[in-house]
Amino acid sequence: MVRTLLVRGLLTGLLAGLIAGGFAFVVGEPHVDSAIALEEAAAAKAGTGAGTGTGESAGHDQAAGHDHTAGSGEAGGHSHGDEATVSRPVQKAGLFLATGLYGLAVGGVFALVFAGLRGRVGPRSDGRLAVAAAGAAFTAVVLVPFLKYPANPPAVGDPETINGRTLLYVVIVLVGLAATAIAVATARRVTSPDPWVRGVAATGAFLVPVIAAWVLLPAVNEVPDGFPAALLWEFRIASLGTQLVFWAAFGVLFGWAGDRAAARHPLTTPGSPASAPLPSSSGSSS
Amino acid sequence: MSGTSTPSAATTAIPFPRLRPWLVLAVPVLLLVAYLVLMDNGTVSQTGALLHELMHDGRHLLGVPCH
Repeated sequence: MVRTLLVRGLLTGLLAGLIAGGFAFVVGEPHVDSAIALEEAAAAKAGTGAGTGTGESAGHDQAAGHDHTAGSGEAGGHSHGDEATVSRPVQKAGLFLATGLYGLAVGGVFALVFAGLRGRVGPRSDGRLAVAAAGAAFTAVVLVPFLKYPANPPAVGDPETINGRTLLYVVIVLVGLAATAIAVATARRVTSPDPWVRGVAATGAFLVPVIAAWVLLPAVNEVPDGFPAALLWEFRIASLGTQLVFWAAFGVLFGWAGDRAAARHPLTTPGSPASAPLPSSSGSSS
Repeated sequence: MSGTSTPSAATTAIPFPRLRPWLVLAVPVLLLVAYLVLMDNGTVSQTGALLHELMHDGRHLLGVPCH
């Protein structure tokens, strides 16, 4: 059963990732291109010596071996300032690789968490639980981080501070996940028959740590002077939209697949193989 | 999704001992994939900036700090 859920999460995650990649390609890539154009214009104006780019990567750490790039790498080193080893068209194809693999990994983790929640927390149908959990995951992993550290296009952000910013990003993601877990635990702990009481308690248990993290974690503002505000806004909305498309598609696909499987094997229990829908308890030890 | 509250087998919880090996084995691998896609700049992959360059647009548009 766990294996079925994991495979379902991997496949629907991959599919949802590719769908989100399609959205990002259509809606987001124009803004990425605009931002890269600004970045290159700024670099050109700064007058950096572009000629020293290509030869650097030849000799590091490969002391013992012959150079493994079959000679094509640095032979044609035109001094065009191309420190990018991957061209823009390949990067745009890499967008789908990135969102697809992201969906695969996230979908797999989601499925295993889902396997633990199932029958313990939340709605009783697989479909409803999937949609609810995907909504919660979007809030925890996307919305909470985005409102503190929103997505940035190329040209925004100092490369010197990338490690610190990545660490802060991981921290705020963990805060979102922990706050969600606290909210679920609170909703289970509060035994009031009034759903409003449980709802307010769970919402409060979620918001207190999240708002504390928003206030206490250091701010990051590395938007260069003169960067167009409209472009920044459009890019950030496209980024948020990419994640929204991913989680919406994933929740629907994963839930739909779960309900279809449940409809096909209505008597399947976790303890018995899916192909044996026998209600009798013969042979079901342990 | 059926709105009826018939107790189908889908509501039966999976015992944690059955879940544990999957969590222990699969989650680290999946998190490693996510790390390589979203954050690695050569530290783990040992491919220099290759992953950064290849995943560049995805990192930006998925909202992760890229550079």
